[in-house]
Amino acid sequence: MLWIAQRASAAALGVCVVVHLAVVMYAVQGGLSAAEILGRTRGNAAWFAFYSFFVLAVTVHTPIGLRAILIEWLGWRGPSRTGFLVIVTALLASMGMRAVLAVFS
Amino acid sequence: MKVSIWKGGAQGSFREFDVPRHPSQTVLDVVTYVQRALDPTLAYRYACRVGMCGSCAMTVNGVPRWTCRTHVDKVAAKDRLEIGPLRNLPVIRDLVTDMGEFFDKWARARGQFTGGRTKRDGFAAIAPSSEERAQIDAGIECIGCAVCYSSCDVVTWNPDYLGPAALNRAWTLVRDQRDQKTVERLRAVAGDAGVHSCHTHMSCTERCPKNISPTAGIAGLKRAILKSALKGEL
Repeated sequence: MLWIAQRASAAALGVCVVVHLAVVMYAVQGGLSAAEILGRTRGNAAWFAFYSFFVLAVTVHTPIGLRAILIEWLGWRGPSRTGFLVIVTALLASMGMRAVLAVFS
Repeated sequence: MKVSIWKGGAQGSFREFDVPRHPSQTVLDVVTYVQRALDPTLAYRYACRVGMCGSCAMTVNGVPRWTCRTHVDKVAAKDRLEIGPLRNLPVIRDLVTDMGEFFDKWARARGQFTGGRTKRDGFAAIAPSSEERAQIDAGIECIGCAVCYSSCDVVTWNPDYLGPAALNRAWTLVRDQRDQKTVERLRAVAGDAGVHSCHTHMSCTERCPKNISPTAGIAGLKRAILKSALKGEL
């Protein structure tokens, strides 16, 4: 069910965003350079798993929310809307994983 | 007092009337005065005048209210009233709306009680102190006035949405131990037209003249649907 997926991914995102922001603040305050950060993330399986999970949660959560907005604001229903959402989902997944792979491999 | 009242169908306009003020005057008294003394063509609906029948709801200064129990002193800011038909329902004429779709949605939400006993069986014993009975008591006094339906933005955005009153009715039946159609009812109220479209704005709960919280019922239905789905019943 979409509703359960939306709630579960929202819960996952809540944790992911907090961890992500905390790490960003920590890294910036520590004065780490981009090269130093990349040095720590490359080949680190734990961070790779965390950010892959983050991307998965975004990929599940965004199209479901967008679907409700398209229904309520534009009245867009039917196969064309589903097609549009499939494209959005594919874009989110591919762009997200491209970024994850750039940082970790 | 200056009173603007909607005249005509969906494409009508407000017309202004001068109405004398009286102590303890209700908005319904104002509308009745206009029809009897100023404009006999004015169409509006009422029956009981004491907050039981649910037929006199109108939009008063932008807010849906039961007009028979709404005192003018409470709502007429600067001695002005603007009275229109309920929102989210087709206007038939003046202050009268077509309630057909509103009640059809009760049927679509499986608002009918389906018992399983015959006249040969005994009475079902339901403890007044049980959790189910308390939840039913909290929602059962609905008078079907459509104030909640008219207040709900989700109904405006998504005309298929069943609305707070129909979902509240479904919730009281889902909690009724005697009813036999719980799974069918949960199926009827799940999805885009049902509880999962609710944004929890709580306008229905804020405006309900009977102090019912359809939002609480909708949240209960979401939980019941989740449990039922996890059991593989839906």
